[in-house]
Parts: sequence; structure tokens; C-alpha cells
Amino acid sequence: MNFWNDPLKVAADWLTGIFVGWGMNDIFAHVLVVFLGIFVLIMILMVIDIFLVWIERKVVARFQDRIGPNRLGPYGLIQPFADIIKLMIKEDTTPDGADKVVYNLAPMLSMMSVLILWAVVPLAPVMLGVDLNAGVLFIIAAGSIGTLSIIMAGWSSNNKFSVIGAFRQVAVMISFEVPMLAVMLIPTIFSGSMGMNTIIQSQNIWYVFLSPLAALIFIIAAIAELGRAPFDLAEGESELVSGYNIEYSGMKFGMFYAGELLHAFTFGGFWGILFFGGYRFFGLEQVSPFLAIAIILFKALLGYWIIMWVKYTVMRIRIDQMLAFNWKFLTPVAFVLVMVTALMNAILRDAGSWLYVSGMMLSNVVVAWVSLEVVRAAGKKQRVQVEGVKQAAEAHH
Amino acid sequence: MIPLSWYLILAAGLFSIGLFGVLARRNAVAILLGVELMLNAVNINLVAFWRYGDVALMAGQVFTIIVFAVAAAEVAVGLALVISVYRRRNTVVAEELDLLKW
Amino acid sequence: MTAEQIIFLIVGAVTLLSAVLVVTVRDLVHAALWLVATLFGVAIVYTLLNAGFLAVVQVVVYIGAIAILFIFAVMLTRRQTAADTGAALNKNWWAGALMSVLTFAGLAYLLQSWSGFSKQASAIPSGFDAINELGGALTSPAGYVLPFEVASVLLLAALVGAVYLAFNKK
Repeated sequence: MNFWNDPLKVAADWLTGIFVGWGMNDIFAHVLVVFLGIFVLIMILMVIDIFLVWIERKVVARFQDRIGPNRLGPYGLIQPFADIIKLMIKEDTTPDGADKVVYNLAPMLSMMSVLILWAVVPLAPVMLGVDLNAGVLFIIAAGSIGTLSIIMAGWSSNNKFSVIGAFRQVAVMISFEVPMLAVMLIPTIFSGSMGMNTIIQSQNIWYVFLSPLAALIFIIAAIAELGRAPFDLAEGESELVSGYNIEYSGMKFGMFYAGELLHAFTFGGFWGILFFGGYRFFGLEQVSPFLAIAIILFKALLGYWIIMWVKYTVMRIRIDQMLAFNWKFLTPVAFVLVMVTALMNAILRDAGSWLYVSGMMLSNVVVAWVSLEVVRAAGKKQRVQVEGVKQAAEAHH
Repeated sequence: MIPLSWYLILAAGLFSIGLFGVLARRNAVAILLGVELMLNAVNINLVAFWRYGDVALMAGQVFTIIVFAVAAAEVAVGLALVISVYRRRNTVVAEELDLLKW
Repeated sequence: MTAEQIIFLIVGAVTLLSAVLVVTVRDLVHAALWLVATLFGVAIVYTLLNAGFLAVVQVVVYIGAIAILFIFAVMLTRRQTAADTGAALNKNWWAGALMSVLTFAGLAYLLQSWSGFSKQASAIPSGFDAINELGGALTSPAGYVLPFEVASVLLLAALVGAVYLAFNKK
């Protein structure tokens, strides 16, 4: 076993050896090494986060036909560091009547809810924090901590706009958790496990080919969960100025902002893990763990780019439209899809792999087509109703 | 290793604190908070008995899940009641809701 | 003392302390936030009991849904936005305290007279997958499929009832 095949274990053994050599207790040395591992992972994530600011600004500039940051360093790469220095030296304000402890706790919880997600992300076949056997549920659990941080921020700021923003955002997050959890059960049905690593290992065929509709619903629910456009009604610049984080300044605002970017990147990664094979890419992951990390980071960036693409293309929708979209369309479709998938899985389990894939895909297409037809019929009915009313009003005049 | 007694004492303490909340709080929402504490104490007991008994018998975990469902149902209906009372009577203090008392 | 015992003592102390704050703090949003701390403590107790799945479900259901619902309800039922008016406890709070102390004493007495009180846990057999077993128990007719279905019907009824109660009839 050498460093290039299993870097994490080799490094951990080496460090433990050093600590024990210093006369440390065995268990204590092990705990210390684990903590160091967590620390290093968080450091790497924060560095990635800094560059995500640059990526986001550069990409939005391209979508809006601008150049974006281009003064500091090559391609403006130093710009995010300047941004961070600016955020740090800004005045750190606390509004009158704010609940100080809760107010200061909220940004930390927000950041934490994103960082703990990486505990279950398998970076390579041998590199993962914990292979939790309830990994899929863990994502939702981390999301509920994020929900809590938002309501804490909104409430403690002592500002009605932030409370309204927090209410909206929390209502959205709780609602969209339902279809998200439902479609995350579909990879669980295929792989027979909720563990992230098992889900990746069993993707000899990417699950997006087995269940394209599930992948689509997952990314829609993820965008809503992230609070990004078209679902960014917590911010609602025109009505709420900035939603739940309006009163935050300096690095506390920076933590919300950085947390949001890293959250989007992370969900891009989960999209890759659940539906696009995670670190697997035609056997390349077997060559070296570092190649596997590169593959999964590339997939996460691709997912992140798609989330940005949606954000800068689609306009914001109203809160009632959004909740209606979730409860009247996305959730029923997700539930029906889970049921159909489970049924098809039970029927086709012993069939050949081609029959299995085509059967699954066909059932997805059928579910998508039927749900679109139902929506079209309902829309037509509503239009007739509305236009009938309008004609009646004209006749009255 | 931790003996079973520790978990049972923790659960008993949590249950008693919850009971105090139910008996002593004035606000109806706070009374529901106390009920939540009591349900959690029961859950600790159920899981502890599962772990310290035969782990192959899943009854403890199964009933924990069912208590989760019951707690969710209780909170949904309880808070809906509280909100509906607040709309009519403009109060959620339990001792001011005395229409049935003569 | 083993590491596990130390963790248990710390977690248990934090859980009980935040539980006391839940029932005594006057500001109800704070009480709900202390409830979140208590629930986290209980989730850690589940992990100490090798029930990781239940710990995650505890966070999802209790913190993600129930605690948030409580905070919503507190905010929707305030007379003033600034602070709650009046005392936190009613005037018979001493009777409640007496009752709960008596309950605790009674429970402790009953428990310590039971023979299995200071039992030690047996090791979990290797290859035992709690989630698998739980899933099987919840869905097999020989297991607990009936209580499970009844619980889901109860949830549906509660959903309909809650919507009906809280719906603002115009």
C-alpha cells in the first residue's frame, strides 16, 4: 500500500505514528488525526469557496455580455481575495433590539450546515469522511439546520423585512424538501442502499439514464432549496431588499454569501453523485484517487454551472406560484415516480440489463408525458375560466 | 461501557422536566413544548431498551419511528388549534381560555 | 471512565440543562431554540446507542419540521413583537414542580428496584445492519406493518385536520 493508492490512510497512519512516538495515548492520537483531517478538508473547501466567488462573477458577466473581474491578477483571479479583505474590514453592525447571541449564531450555523454535507461526500473510492448508511437522509438533515439558521437570522435581526424574507425562504425550503427526499429515494431503490459510496459503486449505468425525470426534479428542488433564482424570493430585491440577511454586514454577511455559493457547488456535487456516477468515469477512478477527486470536482462544477445557468436565465416567480408549483405539481409527480420506479424495479429485477434500463426510462417518459398532459388540461380549463370572466366584464361595460 | 441505568435516569429526568413544563407554563405553545420533551424521553427509553435487549428484535426502533409520527401529528394539530384559538380570542395563555369554566 | 462515558455525561448534562431552559425561559422563541438544543442532545444519545438512522431521522423530523413549526407558531401568536408579556409560569408552578420532582423520585425508585437496571449492553453482532432490519420489520406482515400503516393514516388525518383548523374561513 503506497501513498498514491490510498493517500488518506497512509497520511493518517504516518501522523498517528508520529503522535504516538511523542508519547501520546493511542486513542487520543487517533482522535487528533481525525480532527486534523476535518480541519484540512474545511480549509480546502474554503479555498475552493473563494474561487467560487470568482467563477460566479465571471460566469454571470458572460451571461450578461460583460467581461467580469479582470483587473487584479490574470483574468481577475486575485479579485475574490480583495473582496474578502473588503468584507473583513467593513464595519460589523448589529441592529438595535437584535437578539445578539442568536444574531451571531445564525451565520455560523448557515456555514456549518453546508460544511457538514461534505462529511458524506465520497471524493474517491478510498477517500470519504464517513460511509453513513443513511447518507441520503443526512443531506436533508443538514438542510434542516440551514433552515433553522435562516429563521434565526430573520427573527433576531428585529426587522420586518428580514422576518418576511425568512418566512418565505423557510416555507419554500420545507416544501421543496418533500419532492427532493422523494426523488433521492430513487437512487436508493436502484442501488439498494442509502450510503453515498454504495450508490456510486452500483452505477455501472448512470442513474440519469435510468431515471432522467428524477434527476430533473432533484435539480429543481435543489435550486429551490438553495434559494437561487428563479426561486430567490427570499431576497426579492424589489420588495424585501435582501430578505433574511438584510441586517448583516461585513464578514457575517460574507458567511451567508460564501455559504450559499458553497451550497450550490455542493448540490452540484450531489447531483453528480446521485445521478452521474460520482467519481466514476469509464474506469478512470481506478487509476489514481487523485484522478477520482478531479472527476468528482469537475462534475460538481458542471452541476454548479447548470445551477448558475438557470439562475441567470429564468426570472423570479411569485411565492404563491412557487408553492403551488411544488405542492400541486412537483410533489405528486415525485411520489408517483417513486411508486412507479419501485414497481418497475420489482418487475424487472431479474430481467437483463438492457431491458431494465429501457423499461425504467420508458416508465419515466410515460410519467413525464402523463403529468404534462394533466397540467396542460388543467391550464386550458383555467384559461377558459379566466377568459370567460374577462368577456363577461367587457359585456357589462 | 455505559450501563442501562444512565439512559433510564436521563430519560426520567427529561420526562419530569417536560411534565413540569406542561403543568407550570402559561402559554399554550410552551405547554406543547413540554409535551415534546416528554415524548423524547419516551423515545430514549425505547431505543435504550432495544440496544440493551436483543438487538435482533426491532420493536424498540419501530415504536420510536411511530412516536416520531405521532409527535408530528400532535404538533400539527396542536399548533393549528392554538392558532385558531388565537384568531378568535386573541390570546394563547391557557388560563385565559376559560369559556367552559363557570 | 471511558471516553464514551465522558461523552454521555457531557451530552446528558447539556440536554437536561437546555430542557430546563425550555420550560423556564420567558421568551418563547428562545424556548423553541433551547428545544432544538435538547433535541440535538437526544440525537447524540441515539448515536451513542448505535441507532444512527434514528439520530438522522430525529434531526430531520424534530429539528427540520417540528421545531421550525413551533417557531412559526410562536411568531404567529404574539401580542407584541417586542417581548412576551406576563410571567412565564402560572401561579401554581410550585405544585407542578412538586409533581415533577415526585414523578422523578418515583420513577427512579421503581427503576432501581428493577433487576435489569444496571445491565451492560451486549456487543452488536457483526454484519448486523440496523436499517435493513428496521425496514424489514416495518414492512413485513409478520412484523409491524399494521402499526406503520395506522401511523401513516394518523399523519394523513392530522394533516387534513390541521389544514381545516387553521384555515381562515372568509
